[in-house]
Amino acid sequence: MASVTADASAAEAGSANEQPVFYVTDEHEHAEGGSTQLGFWLYLMSDCLVFAVLFATYGVLGGSFAAGPSPKDLFDLPLVALNTTMLLLSSITYGFAVLEMQKNRVSPMLLWLAITGLFGAAFLGIELFEFTHMILEGATPKRSAFLSSFFTLVGTHGLHVTFGIIWMITLIVQVRMFGLTDANKRRLLCLSMFWHFLDVVWIGVFTFVYLMGVLR
Amino acid sequence: MFENFDLQKAIFGRLSLESIPYHEPILLATFIAVLIGGAVVVGAITYFKLWGYLWHEWFTSVDHKRIGVMYIVLGLVMLLRGFADAIMMRAQQAIAFNGNEGYLPAHHFDQIFTAHGVIMIFFVAMPLVTGLMNFVVPLQIGARDVAFPFLNNFSFWMTVSGAILVMASLFVGEFARTGWLAYPPLSNYAYSPDVGVDYYIWALQIAGVGTLLSGVNLIATIVKMRAPGMTMMKMPVFTWTSLCTNILIVAAFPVLTGVLVLLSLDRYVGTNFFTNDFGGNPMMYVNLIWIWGHPEVYILVLPAFGVFSEVTATFCGKRLFGYTSMVYATVVITILSYLVWLHHFFTMGSGASVNSFFGITTMIISIPTGAKLFNWLFTMYRGRIRFELPMMWTVAFMLTFVIGGMTGVLLAVPPADFVLHNSLFLIAHFHNVIIGGVVFGMFAGITYWFPKAIGFRLDPFWGKMSFWFWVSGFYFAFMPLYALGLMGVTRRLRVFDDPSLQIYFVVAAFGALLIALGIGSFLVQIAVSIKNREKLRDVTGDPWNARTLEWSTSSPPPVYNFAFTPVVYDHDAWWDMKEHGYKRPLSGFKPIHMPKNTSAGIILAGICFVTGFALIWYIWWLAALGFVSLIATAIGHTFNYNRGFSIPAQQVVETERERTALLQSAGA
Repeated sequence: MASVTADASAAEAGSANEQPVFYVTDEHEHAEGGSTQLGFWLYLMSDCLVFAVLFATYGVLGGSFAAGPSPKDLFDLPLVALNTTMLLLSSITYGFAVLEMQKNRVSPMLLWLAITGLFGAAFLGIELFEFTHMILEGATPKRSAFLSSFFTLVGTHGLHVTFGIIWMITLIVQVRMFGLTDANKRRLLCLSMFWHFLDVVWIGVFTFVYLMGVLR
Repeated sequence: MFENFDLQKAIFGRLSLESIPYHEPILLATFIAVLIGGAVVVGAITYFKLWGYLWHEWFTSVDHKRIGVMYIVLGLVMLLRGFADAIMMRAQQAIAFNGNEGYLPAHHFDQIFTAHGVIMIFFVAMPLVTGLMNFVVPLQIGARDVAFPFLNNFSFWMTVSGAILVMASLFVGEFARTGWLAYPPLSNYAYSPDVGVDYYIWALQIAGVGTLLSGVNLIATIVKMRAPGMTMMKMPVFTWTSLCTNILIVAAFPVLTGVLVLLSLDRYVGTNFFTNDFGGNPMMYVNLIWIWGHPEVYILVLPAFGVFSEVTATFCGKRLFGYTSMVYATVVITILSYLVWLHHFFTMGSGASVNSFFGITTMIISIPTGAKLFNWLFTMYRGRIRFELPMMWTVAFMLTFVIGGMTGVLLAVPPADFVLHNSLFLIAHFHNVIIGGVVFGMFAGITYWFPKAIGFRLDPFWGKMSFWFWVSGFYFAFMPLYALGLMGVTRRLRVFDDPSLQIYFVVAAFGALLIALGIGSFLVQIAVSIKNREKLRDVTGDPWNARTLEWSTSSPPPVYNFAFTPVVYDHDAWWDMKEHGYKRPLSGFKPIHMPKNTSAGIILAGICFVTGFALIWYIWWLAALGFVSLIATAIGHTFNYNRGFSIPAQQVVETERERTALLQSAGA
């Protein structure tokens, strides 16, 4: 870049014969996937907006119980705390997986990834148990606008975790088949961003829906 | 039909022979015409053995230029459908007086005004805008393709998939009867239990995914892939407006996706987001959809502003006046477009403070927009203006858009809006800015970049015919609506009681007829241009003596766009190169790495179409099958690691040698 600028100023300064260089002569190939991290980040921000819509809807409709059950009647905080622990632990173990990935150690990386997936599955299991429990009590998504927005917000997050786990299994297969290639590392880092993003969203859900729900 | 009714339901959902509107003569005639037309097209492609060519060179292409052209073709085809709806409404309203019911029954008329709005915004304006950005942006920034070429192809086919779904609703079932934004509670299951709103939802969801991903793609392209030396403040203005538009897309379309998910949950699951009881709140929908909807109008108009900037500078032979202020005006509009959504429903009754806030932010938008207008005017001032077709569209835009802008500021005043809300004044206003801004801009852009994309210029005579029919037609069609709106006539009316209003609607229908002639002239223009393509051929690659990098390539550009990546010193990079006596490099070519074509995009979008159709008709097994195969295909695609290939240096040498010969033959 610096030499390019120097060329340009030289051309402007003086002799008409000396031309600025208008094209790159010694081109080196761009590494494939150079924009992937940025692109995936942009996608995550758009996903974040979907959650923003759901949070806003919960914020507006979360108090419309329609004479039905309220958060105080429904939420079992110790259970949700356990669930939160599962998800937070899975983020830590994903971090370990990335550390191993950077050391190019395939087997420990796969092990940590599998543990992450199991924590994710445990989270989903507890969430489904909670949902079933509520539905059996008659607190279905149809019962009130509060429950509609609750199930949609929490369920959308759960759906994301499900897709994260499917993605994780795919990547485990792909790393076993093709090793820790550049493409696979890039994918692991994208999934890492996705997984941590879901954690951040869950912190929002836990605070905004569960804690504040029991408080109010 | 079947002995066992339940079996039929399990297999076909709520789809039955009754879903095909064969008892409605208008639809039946259209259907037959479409069938015959489709058979002719398919027959012609088969006869000329073009399927292989289309499949390998176009449908599966990841070349941003080809995808851009396909987007524009889609937009123009859908323009015919959207306009057919428009002229039917104009005809209905022109005759439905003095006890005459017109020729359209209410349930058909309601579908037509809904389809007209949906098609014109989502499947005409959006593809035209996205197509232009796709084609132009990588060339303008000196890149060889977009950041994610496969994603680009996939986005295009998702848009097509949505468009086909809307078209299918014409002949299988019906479309929504709710107006183009499908406000609940009307659009909810209680009042619209039929398939219309479901067609609406799934068409927009599928196309919306495509739009969102193409937004991500173009932002990454502009941020990461600019030629060396092209700093942000050296980007061409069209690239700037594209960047802002795509930021708006990424920041607005998720809201549309979200709100439509909530509406579909209400309709499919029975939740209570937007119902009248159980705590639901329909105004939540109206807020959310306009949080997407207002940025959407800027998504459409900003690239048009970019086109006008390029066209004005080129055809006045001057640098754009106030480049920096133009960039900042664009950025300010981008931000402000998020702070005005509530002006679409001042009548909701949010109170004086809220309404004043949104009224004032709305009025403020006219300031950067006004700055842009003065920039174009000052670029023209003392320029050597060549009134070629793109410049004519630009001048027509400046005159027309000012009127639309002023009526917009008028509507931004809450008390005035209380009177004019949902009146024909509003209809006149937004057609004034969308036709006068977006449509004129797209015609300017298509005429301007056509030689670059296809290799020959468009015939000017028929272009001018189209121009004058469109512009005069616009004024005839919409000025009467301003007057009617001020008199209090509301939108979406099928019949009228007051015979004194008829003359206005007759004039408006006459205007629509003029626009029909404008569209016809445009089609003739393309046919005539193809016939005279040798005479109109552009051998120089720079037919307008233009200023930005795309004009440094041949017309049409080679697959790899630039044999050598250009180095940029000025925001009018090509003009700068010409000024400094740039010589095309003739040797030293190297192999070029390019992305490979793939059929994954069209297959995935096809599965989305089938899944959407199954969901609309409650064919649950097919929806489940579609969903599973969608995920399986997507995962399968990720096992393909080998997505690029190299164009050998020898081939680059030959391509460039051909260009040299062409330039010599032109005596350049």
